[in-house]
Amino acid sequence: MADVVLKNVQKSFGKAKVIHGVDLDIRDGEFVVFVGPSGCGKSTLLRLIAGLEDITAGDLFIGGERVNDLAPAKRGIAMVFQSYALYPHMNVYDNMAFGLELAKSSKAEIDAKVREAARLLQIEALLDCKPRQLSGGQRQRVAIGRAIVRDPKVFLFDEPLSNLDAALRVQTRIEIAKLHTDTRATMIYVTHDQVEAMTLADRIVVLNAGHIEQVGTPLELYHRPANLFVAGFIGSPQMNLIPCQVAGVGPSEVLVSLPGGGSLSVPVQPDGVQAGDSVTLGIRPDHLRISPEGALSGRVELVEELGENHLLYVDAGQGRRLTVREPGDARHEAGSTVSLDLAREFCHLFRGTGEALPPLKGHTSPASPSPDLTSSAA
Amino acid sequence: MAGAVAQGDVFVRVAARRRRSSLTRSRIRSAWLFIAPSLIILALIAGWPLARTIWFSFTDANLNNLSDYEFIGFENYLANYDGEWLGLLTDPDWWQSVWNTVWFTLVSVSIETVLGIIVALILNATFPGRGLMRAIILIPWAIPTIVSAKMWNWMLHDQFGVINDMLLRAGLIAAPMTWTANADTALWAAVAVDVWKHTSFMALLILAALQMLPQDIYEAAKVDGVSPTRVFFRITLPLIKPALLVAVIFRSLDALRVFDLIYVLTSNSRDTASMSIYARQQLVDFQEVGLGSAASTLIFLIIALIVVITLAAGRVRLGEDPR
Repeated sequence: MADVVLKNVQKSFGKAKVIHGVDLDIRDGEFVVFVGPSGCGKSTLLRLIAGLEDITAGDLFIGGERVNDLAPAKRGIAMVFQSYALYPHMNVYDNMAFGLELAKSSKAEIDAKVREAARLLQIEALLDCKPRQLSGGQRQRVAIGRAIVRDPKVFLFDEPLSNLDAALRVQTRIEIAKLHTDTRATMIYVTHDQVEAMTLADRIVVLNAGHIEQVGTPLELYHRPANLFVAGFIGSPQMNLIPCQVAGVGPSEVLVSLPGGGSLSVPVQPDGVQAGDSVTLGIRPDHLRISPEGALSGRVELVEELGENHLLYVDAGQGRRLTVREPGDARHEAGSTVSLDLAREFCHLFRGTGEALPPLKGHTSPASPSPDLTSSAA
Repeated sequence: MAGAVAQGDVFVRVAARRRRSSLTRSRIRSAWLFIAPSLIILALIAGWPLARTIWFSFTDANLNNLSDYEFIGFENYLANYDGEWLGLLTDPDWWQSVWNTVWFTLVSVSIETVLGIIVALILNATFPGRGLMRAIILIPWAIPTIVSAKMWNWMLHDQFGVINDMLLRAGLIAAPMTWTANADTALWAAVAVDVWKHTSFMALLILAALQMLPQDIYEAAKVDGVSPTRVFFRITLPLIKPALLVAVIFRSLDALRVFDLIYVLTSNSRDTASMSIYARQQLVDFQEVGLGSAASTLIFLIIALIVVITLAAGRVRLGEDPR
C-alpha cells in the first residue's frame, strides 16, 4: 500500500511536449481515474508512473520513495493493459506465475498465490487454457490476476475495459470496484469513458492537452466543474453551453441577457465580472424544462426515446442546439416549437477565459442533484 | 403420428442438404477451375521430370541414346552379381557424398540460424540508419552463387588470396594454406561462404517474425521484471519458433541440394563432393542416366525424410497460428 505523488512531472517525445508539469497527490488506498479525450496524455502519464516511459523532468514518489530512476519491476506496481498483453504461448497458470518465478518465491508459494488469485477472479477452471481459447472478458481477468499475484502497492489500469462488449464492461467494472474494496490497494485507472470514471473513482483527474483541468470527486466535477472543458467533458449528454452577456451584477447574483431577448439571474458570486462582459451559461439537459412561458424557445429537431427518459434536440436559432432530457415518453414531436425554462439554481457561469464563477457560500453542492422533473413539467 | 413428424423432418433435412449441396458443388467446381492452371503447370515442370527420373532409375538408360533402354528393376540401387554386391548403395563415393552434404547442411544451417537470430534482433531494434542496414545486409544474398563462389575462390587462393595474406601478416599461419584444395578445410571454406551468403536470408525471415510479435507483452514482461535473456528464451524464441522452423527448412532444402558452391569452390574431389555433384557426375561425366537417376531419386527421398523429421521434431504444423 502506498501513496503516489507527482511533482511537476513533464514528458517530451523529442521536441513534442506531451505532459506539461503535472502535480498530483494520490492517497494510499485511493481509486483515482485519469479521464480525458484521446491524446490528452492520460495513458502517457500512467506509463510514466509505471516506468515504461522515462520522466523528462519532475519527480515521482511511490510510498515516499523517489522512483524516477527505478525500473518498473522495482516500483511495486502492477499494470493491466487494454490489450491484455498475455503471453500467447503460455497457459493461464503460467501467465500468472511467470513474473513470480523471478522473485525467488518457492514453487508452493507461487502455486498458492496463483490459485488464490484464480479463485478471487473465478478463473480456476481455465488455468490450463491458452489465452487464445479464452473470451475477451476471461483474458482480461487473467490479466488482472497476473497483476494481483504480484501483490503490488499500486495497481495501474490502462483502459482495461475498452476491448470488451457493453455487458461485459459493466460486469468487469463491478469486479474491479470489488477488487478495490477487497484489497484497499491504491489504484490508478485510465479511461476515456466517463461512466467508468464516475462509477469507479474516489477522485477523478480530468486531463486535457497534457495538463490537469480539475481534480475532484465524481460529484464535485459533475456539480461544480471548474471550467468550460470539464463542464463539457463530464456528463452525458453534454451540458448545454449558451454564450450570453452580463446585463447586471448583484452581490449574490449575476444577471445575464439570453439570446432571444430574455434574461436570467444566476446565483453565483460575481467575482469581478461586469455588465457587458461575455460569459457562457452552462446548464445540464436535466435542468432545462419545457414550460409554456420559458426564457428560451426553439424548434424540436430530433427526439430520442430512451425508455425511462427521452432527449429533445432543440434548435434555438443561430445554429445553436440545446439538449433537453425529460422523464418518460416524449410528448413533443420533431418540428414542433417548444419553450424552455432554465432552473436558475443549476446554472453555471463561465468567464470568457473559461473558468467557472464560484458558487455562493454554503451552496457548494445542490441539495438534490436534479430538480423534481415531474411536477415542473406539468 | 410421431413417426410421420419424424419423416417430415427427414424430408426437410434431405431437401436442405440437397439445396446446400448444389451450392457446395458449384463452389467446389469453381475452386477446381481456379487451381487447375497451377496444378497443370506443377505437373508439367515438377511432376513429369520427377516421374521420369524415378522411372529412369529403374533402367539402364545411357546419355548416348536415351530412347534405347531396358527395365532392370532395382539393379542401379543394389544388385548381386556372382556373390558380389554392386549398385549405388554399395558405392563408398556415394556414401561419402551423402555424409559431406549432411555435414555441410547441419553445420552451415546451424551457424546461419544462430547468426540470423542475432542479426534479426539487432535489425529489430530502433536505431538511425536501420533501413539502410536492412538493405545492405541483403547484398551477399543478392549476388549469384557462382559469382560469390568465384569471388571467394580468389580470396581463398593459396598464392594470391587476400585471406592468406591477412592471416600471414597477422602471424596466425606460417605458410599459405590451400584452403579449397585441402580436404580438411575445403568443406569448412564452403560452409563459410554459404554462411556469408545466406545469413541475411535467415535474418530477414526471422526479422519478419519478430515484427509480427505484439509489443505489449514485452511491456508486461518489463513490469514483471523479467530479464532480457529470459524474455528472449521464454517469450521471443517460443513465439518465433514456427517461423524459425520454416526458415530452417527452407535453408536445409537449399543446402541439401548444394551443387554450384562446392563445384566451383573446391577441386573436383570425391572428398568434398555433395550428393548433387555425385549425381551430376554419373549423369553427365559417366553418361550413366540410370545410375544418376537412382542417385537423384535417393536425394529426393533423403531430403523428404529430413524435412519430415525436422517438422516432427519441432511439432510444427505449417500455417498454424502460434498465438
